[in-house]
Amino acid sequence: MTTTIKNPQPEILENVVIRFVGDSGDGMQLTGMQFTDTSAMFGNDVATFPNYPSEIRAPQGSLYGVSGFQVHIGSVEISTPGEDLDLLVCMNPAALKTNLSALKAGHTIIIDTDSFTKKNLEKALYASNPLEDGSLNNYRVIEVAMTSLTKESLKELQGLDNKSVTRSKNMFALGMVYWMYDRDMNHTLDFFAKKFSKKPIIAEANSKVLKTGYFFAETLELIPNSFTISPSKMPKGTYRIINGNQATAWGFLAAAEKSGLELFLGSYPITPASDILHELVKHKHFGVKAFQAEDEIAGVTSAIGASFAGDFAITTTSGPGLALKGEAIGLAMILELPLVIVNVQRGGPSTGLPTKTEQSDLFQAMYGRNGESPLIVIAASTPADCFDWAYEAARLTLEHMTPVLLLTDGYIANGSEPWKIKTIKDMPSITHKQVKGGNPEKWNVYDRDAVTLAREWAIPGTKGFEHRVGGLEKDKTTGNVSYVPENHEYMTNIRAEKVERVQNSIPDLTTDFNEKGDLLVVGWGGTFGSLHSATKQLSDEGYKIGHVHFNYINPFPKNSEEIFSKFKKIVVCELNNGQLSSILRGKFPDIEFSQYNKIQGLPFGASELTQKFKTLIK
Amino acid sequence: MTEATKYTFKDFASDQEVRWCPGCDDYVILRSMQKALPEMDVKKEEVVFISGIGCSSRFPYYMDTYGMHGIHGRAPAIASGVKLANPDLSVWVITGDGDSLAIGGNHFIHVLRRNLNLNVILFNNEIYGLTKGQFSPTSLIGQKTKTSPYGNTQPPFSPGELALGAQARFFARIGGNTPKEMTQLFIEAEKFQGTSLIEVLQNCVIFNDGCFTKYTDKAVRADKQIHLEHNKPMIFGKDRDKGLVLNGLKLDVVTLGKNGVTESDLLVHDAKEPDPTLHSMLVRLEYPLATGIIRAVDELTFEAREEALTKEVSANSKFNKVDDLFFSGETYEVK
Repeated sequence: MTTTIKNPQPEILENVVIRFVGDSGDGMQLTGMQFTDTSAMFGNDVATFPNYPSEIRAPQGSLYGVSGFQVHIGSVEISTPGEDLDLLVCMNPAALKTNLSALKAGHTIIIDTDSFTKKNLEKALYASNPLEDGSLNNYRVIEVAMTSLTKESLKELQGLDNKSVTRSKNMFALGMVYWMYDRDMNHTLDFFAKKFSKKPIIAEANSKVLKTGYFFAETLELIPNSFTISPSKMPKGTYRIINGNQATAWGFLAAAEKSGLELFLGSYPITPASDILHELVKHKHFGVKAFQAEDEIAGVTSAIGASFAGDFAITTTSGPGLALKGEAIGLAMILELPLVIVNVQRGGPSTGLPTKTEQSDLFQAMYGRNGESPLIVIAASTPADCFDWAYEAARLTLEHMTPVLLLTDGYIANGSEPWKIKTIKDMPSITHKQVKGGNPEKWNVYDRDAVTLAREWAIPGTKGFEHRVGGLEKDKTTGNVSYVPENHEYMTNIRAEKVERVQNSIPDLTTDFNEKGDLLVVGWGGTFGSLHSATKQLSDEGYKIGHVHFNYINPFPKNSEEIFSKFKKIVVCELNNGQLSSILRGKFPDIEFSQYNKIQGLPFGASELTQKFKTLIK
Repeated sequence: MTEATKYTFKDFASDQEVRWCPGCDDYVILRSMQKALPEMDVKKEEVVFISGIGCSSRFPYYMDTYGMHGIHGRAPAIASGVKLANPDLSVWVITGDGDSLAIGGNHFIHVLRRNLNLNVILFNNEIYGLTKGQFSPTSLIGQKTKTSPYGNTQPPFSPGELALGAQARFFARIGGNTPKEMTQLFIEAEKFQGTSLIEVLQNCVIFNDGCFTKYTDKAVRADKQIHLEHNKPMIFGKDRDKGLVLNGLKLDVVTLGKNGVTESDLLVHDAKEPDPTLHSMLVRLEYPLATGIIRAVDELTFEAREEALTKEVSANSKFNKVDDLFFSGETYEVK
């Protein structure tokens, strides 16, 4: 191979959005993650979003079998996986067809031409070959016979089967992209050495193809220059790339250790929440009991049993599973036991859009139980802050003795970003309410803390504190069954007030960009990144616009109304048909809330938001 | 002498007034349990009763132990959580035929499959009592109830057969009017390491009175029931002159002394036999009705498997504290 001199001065970009797309068997997720990790280690801020079909192995080459991974890297703050693409890496015609519209005009597509066969074109429903019919004239197309070049580069490697050869073509693409964006290959080379330490031939093949792709791009005259993105100015510290589900799981691990309790997870597999279960089953060494139950109901009820017996208990699910758990959550609520329910929201109703994101379970979280049964409801807003909100859910449930429902969504659960690693000693303390001795004669099951109204938690094994609890209404002191009318009203009210009093232990809301002005953008949960960047853009352009984001939804922070009062207009943006808007209108009847809603299974895009905001400000 | 033996039955009675209908077999079960507990090697504070919904499920309120009256059908799942959180506890599931075989059928089969060391007492009265008389999954064909005024058309489950199909390691059956034997069964169930299921044939005096009389009435009991004991020949009858033999794929009743049949010709009950074939036949038998411990097969419990695995994983783990995990693998410094 002839060596060429590398472009001595790559063009410097502030940020770049790249999407890797191919067949679901093409390894696009791995390719994307490698690019992400390498960029993060280089010092860029990153945000990613995988997009894959719900079919595990959809027919090869089909439109619905396309799997994609989008990554946004920058030297500036990156709060979303990005919208318009700067580069599309495309492994087959179906991937091109389903993703081309996201690419900015004039920008680059890298295409594996070997996959543009007549058969694949037909599967992608192309009437003519887009590589030949001029339909890509508005883009810079880099055509590479990736499959054949990969085969060629591996022909001398003995003992490698054909399937493994073809499978490594994604590394050819990654090698090219590494060169284009001036990335170092070492991280990925180390990754292969570790991952395939028992299959050195696979490690060698992947490494070889990666390098071949890199040098191919370097030599190729079709790529005029390379780019670089300087490290971003992130706070000093040790980081790792984390996705929302992993961060959620780790937040609970941290809370268990900090509180001194063992963690119990009762769960049933469901997309997109299963990864929390997958993560927690690994950690038996921390005393984690992760129990895969026979159904969603057994998931939550086993957690209730574990909580009764003294574990810090959680259950994880997504929308349909939450519907099944409703009755049991009401039980935990009336028992006044600690329990965290995680709902990783997906498109609904019913089975809906399992692999797509939505925020349409807010009503279900707030009201989805029989009787008067308020819960503490909180929501995480970015992949990494799922850690903090899982931890906060644990703190609230253990200190206030009432269930907490934590909402995340498929977008932040599967998206990833850098997480500045926290250590246990830096986390706020968690003081649980377990009875540690004392005189049982003077103790009643439903005696309450004067400040929080939390009851004490006497667990089986504690001598002298034997007691019964149940789903029937109970006497306000002894917990014995009571049908006394006044007692029922008292208990209903005090359970609600206990949730309201959580206001005293949560911080005030703060507004980003402008504390008063023409338009307040209101959001909650996983839309933080999109709303933040769109608001920032307009604020930078001089608009008097602010962004406030709710993580505490029940109860709302104390100063919510005060914040609303400082803006002329308020727009509540949600990936549903206006659930938070409706709750806000009920709570703050004197304030006018306008709405911006989207229900496409997709996150908000920056341009749709800025457009809407500008119209509202006029 | 262990601390547990100091208790009397009064120590296990709560201050709550018992509210079952007068004459209900539930009183017998309650008293048998209160008498059995002092005979077990357990401390009062380590005993937990978990119930679902139904008449039977009021049981925990009447026991002065830890207890939870849960939601319909879910007691086995709640109890599994209790046991997994603290395997030292003596955990009892109290359930009925509607609770465990209809709405809670899924949890019922899975708790048996997993084999946690806990005990399930199934109060079978072949009717819904608390909701006032609808047919249940054990009601008989033709049975007239509130929801089957012309006779029930849904064939019943046999709880024992269902349990064996779900790999129950311990299954016992007892009439609701035999407290002495019942007390003994509760003690045996607690001793057994694994999920113990006890079906109590419980008469509902209001909605299904006499449903088991043909087996349980004192006058006919000895002739209509065979109370099985491990390693003992299968003999029954007021005069202890009847026995069971295997005839092809069927159990036959024979009379001792007739046609040259002697005790040595009879089957000897082996509750510990892992192959459930004979246990299945005994469960299905209508004459005589098999009571006592029909099956008690030792097998590693779920929590024992979990504990062993946890030890092994912990011994090989490089993580002591979660900080070790957080800083492991792919991390990088921003300076």
